Amino acid sequence: MSATEAAAIGLTHGSSEDTGLGHRGPESKSIVVPYGFWLFVLSDIVLFSALFATYAALSHATDGGPTSNELFDRTLVAVETLALLVSSFICGLAMIAAKRRNMAWTQIWLLVTGLLGAVFLAIELYEFGHMIHIGAGPQRSAFLSSFFTLVGCHGAHVTAGLLWIGTMMAQVWAKGFRPEIVRRLLCLSIFWHALDIIWVAIFTIVYLIGTLP
Amino acid sequence: MLGKLTWHAIPFDQPIPLITSLIVILIIGAIGIWVWRKGWWPYLWNEYITSTDHKRIGIMYIVLALVMLVRGFADALMMRAQQSLAIGASQGYLPPEHYDQIFSAHGTIMIFFMAMPFIIGLMNFVVPLQLGVRDVAFPTMNNVSFWLTASGALLVNLSLFIGEFSRTGWLAFPPLSEKAFSPGVGVDYYLVALQISGVGTVLTAVNFVTTILKVRAPGMSYMRMPVFTWTSLAANLLILAAFPVLTATYAMLMLDRYLGFHFFTNNGGGNSMLYMNLIWVWGHPEVYILALPSFGIFSEVVSTFSGKPLFGYRSMVYATLAICIISFMVWLHHFFTMGAGADVNALFGIASMIIAVPTGVKIFNWLFTMYGGRVRFTVPMYYAIGFMLTFVIGGLTGVLLAMPPVDFIVHNSLFLVAHFHNVIIGAVVFGVMAGYTYWFPKALGFTLDERLGKMIFWCWFIGFYLAWFPEYALGFMGATRRLQHIADPSWKPYLDVAMIGALVILAGIVLTVVQLLYSIKTRDRRLDLTGDPWDGRTLEWLTLSPPPHFNFAVLPDVHGEEAYWTRKLTAIREEKLIEEPKYEDIEMPVNTPTGVICAFFASLTGFAVIWYIWWLAILGLIGAFAVLVWYAWRDEHEHIIPAAEVAELERERRRVRAELLKTLTAPA
Repeated sequence: MSATEAAAIGLTHGSSEDTGLGHRGPESKSIVVPYGFWLFVLSDIVLFSALFATYAALSHATDGGPTSNELFDRTLVAVETLALLVSSFICGLAMIAAKRRNMAWTQIWLLVTGLLGAVFLAIELYEFGHMIHIGAGPQRSAFLSSFFTLVGCHGAHVTAGLLWIGTMMAQVWAKGFRPEIVRRLLCLSIFWHALDIIWVAIFTIVYLIGTLP
Repeated sequence: MLGKLTWHAIPFDQPIPLITSLIVILIIGAIGIWVWRKGWWPYLWNEYITSTDHKRIGIMYIVLALVMLVRGFADALMMRAQQSLAIGASQGYLPPEHYDQIFSAHGTIMIFFMAMPFIIGLMNFVVPLQLGVRDVAFPTMNNVSFWLTASGALLVNLSLFIGEFSRTGWLAFPPLSEKAFSPGVGVDYYLVALQISGVGTVLTAVNFVTTILKVRAPGMSYMRMPVFTWTSLAANLLILAAFPVLTATYAMLMLDRYLGFHFFTNNGGGNSMLYMNLIWVWGHPEVYILALPSFGIFSEVVSTFSGKPLFGYRSMVYATLAICIISFMVWLHHFFTMGAGADVNALFGIASMIIAVPTGVKIFNWLFTMYGGRVRFTVPMYYAIGFMLTFVIGGLTGVLLAMPPVDFIVHNSLFLVAHFHNVIIGAVVFGVMAGYTYWFPKALGFTLDERLGKMIFWCWFIGFYLAWFPEYALGFMGATRRLQHIADPSWKPYLDVAMIGALVILAGIVLTVVQLLYSIKTRDRRLDLTGDPWDGRTLEWLTLSPPPHFNFAVLPDVHGEEAYWTRKLTAIREEKLIEEPKYEDIEMPVNTPTGVICAFFASLTGFAVIWYIWWLAILGLIGAFAVLVWYAWRDEHEHIIPAAEVAELERERRRVRAELLKTLTAPA
């Protein structure tokens, strides 16, 4: 397979002819930095996989307390999911604006991304608060411990993402579209999309399977 | 205001930790003042503490590892002494609660703060040089990783003076490590310190996987990479996939302890065997995170000192990757007695035995590399041969333990403890000592004293057999691990031999310090002026010793395996060096105090969390975030080394190389 064919089907980076065999020497930063960040995201996904495994092992250990069927509300989760998925789409728009060096739209789309993330977080906090209020807090049973930890860890990532979005908005504003700042925006979008991937898994494994009749 | 922290945290009533910590504080203070009097602080700050140079960071890792080796070994000596003394009517000199802290600290420190920093330090120093590049992919993050590791080490050692350390063994198994049974700060010290250093380790893995896969000299394709680089890649892939599980597991135990969750508790539906599964999903790959780079070191050493290319290079690479993958499929052999059933145990038993196959491939490759070679019996080669002898025995006892019926009899016994010390000392300690001796001249420009080096080897080698073979026997006789008191007096002779073995190893460690000081003092006799003291084969021997900041004036163009050896032979055949290239300006990353300041805030937060000082914890987190934002705001990323300066340094290298070539091509 030639390098161009490989690039065409996405095996290699489009603009690079390097097939990993190292003929060209060190890669440029625009490849090295997102690559490294991807590896970090993968390690983060491994962390979540440990939490998923724990949830799977403990999801029936309710200790006589409430079960998933009694607690989860599909409608609320649907709204939550919609907010997060749309925010990922908007994040994509922000990246397109950044690619065109359009300051106003980059800022607006980043802001909307963050706001939708905040909506997601608010719903999650409401859900957590409600559960704790009715006596279904994380101390109640192993099932609830693993639920709060898995979903809460995702929520903590979203919070970190919001902090990052805010920082990037300030940085783009102050420094403009310098190469290293564009690279950071790219990493931010990788992170934000990865949170979507995790959420889809949480949505399926925790909420959909958890509310099966 | 200060959470749980009161004056009672200082062990005024326990003379051993109190006096030890006072002595350590005095020594640290004295060294600090001595460095200040000599006027070395600015140098240390600029050239080491804030350095983003992978070579300097590597050296800092190794210094940390050597210091922690002394600390961890002091614990080992105390345990051996206690077991020799506390037999029959005697209770020895260590009360149980103190003895428990010592074995916990010994394991924790030796694995996380001795072996890991030593291996990562060697990787840091060697991998970019072997790849023929100027630095790792993320030099600043590399510095941050080191300081986070150091922060963890600091917290573990702080527990000696303020509070207590964990009494729950090196992996803090619940339910013993839960709040109900370990209410003190010991387990918290353990968890928080390892969480902080674990973040550093994951960042290291991101850095090295990216470096090895994306930052290589032109022509350095995968099947041309030296085996140490290959094993480093495998180890870092393992870190990337295993350490996040450790982070998650410790986070869950922390939630249990701090917020009353029920992951591993006896009540509330918690399941402590879940912890066993999770921790060993990390724990078994961890063995190979340490062992694989050691195998890489031996590959370099055996090939160099046999004067031959490594036998079966490709099979070595495949064996490395096979171990890398299979190491994730054997975790259950750490708790066959859980009762998962015969089928599950058989599966994991067989998987564990299968790992011996690629490992055996490696052993034969090293033997065949030596076969027919002109072997030079230098210190690293001593370690390599000592390793092959010792590690095979450790591997065989491992295969024994992999059989569930045998494991049911000897699990949790001294047989097991002897087995893992056999492989860890035999592979990892011998490996890092070989690597330390082998690459020392590259790092500092002069070799270590050979005669003392051989004495150190014999101390480790003989000391190991004396210390651990009696324990194999004791294990068969029914001695369980972690005994603070020995009830059966007939075990005393075995324990005394073990004590003598520990003292022989102590002599080796003392000699290591002597060797270092003596070698520095008499360095003029053993200067490495050529940059290639061992007649090496890989690219690190192409540059000067110590290498210039930028490693290579021009990135080497790699043709074939054994990049440097090929180039050397060509030069000898043609009786001239390669054409002088055109020099260009080199951009190198600037130094930054980000890492050390971040680690300062991490230590502060960690300490605050251990002692429930919540305002300080929040303050520390805000501080760390502020530093990162401040760093992200920088405008100057790189400093330029002008072409003229590069040319000057490189011409000096070419001059010594031309002289070396003259001696090599002179008619005999």
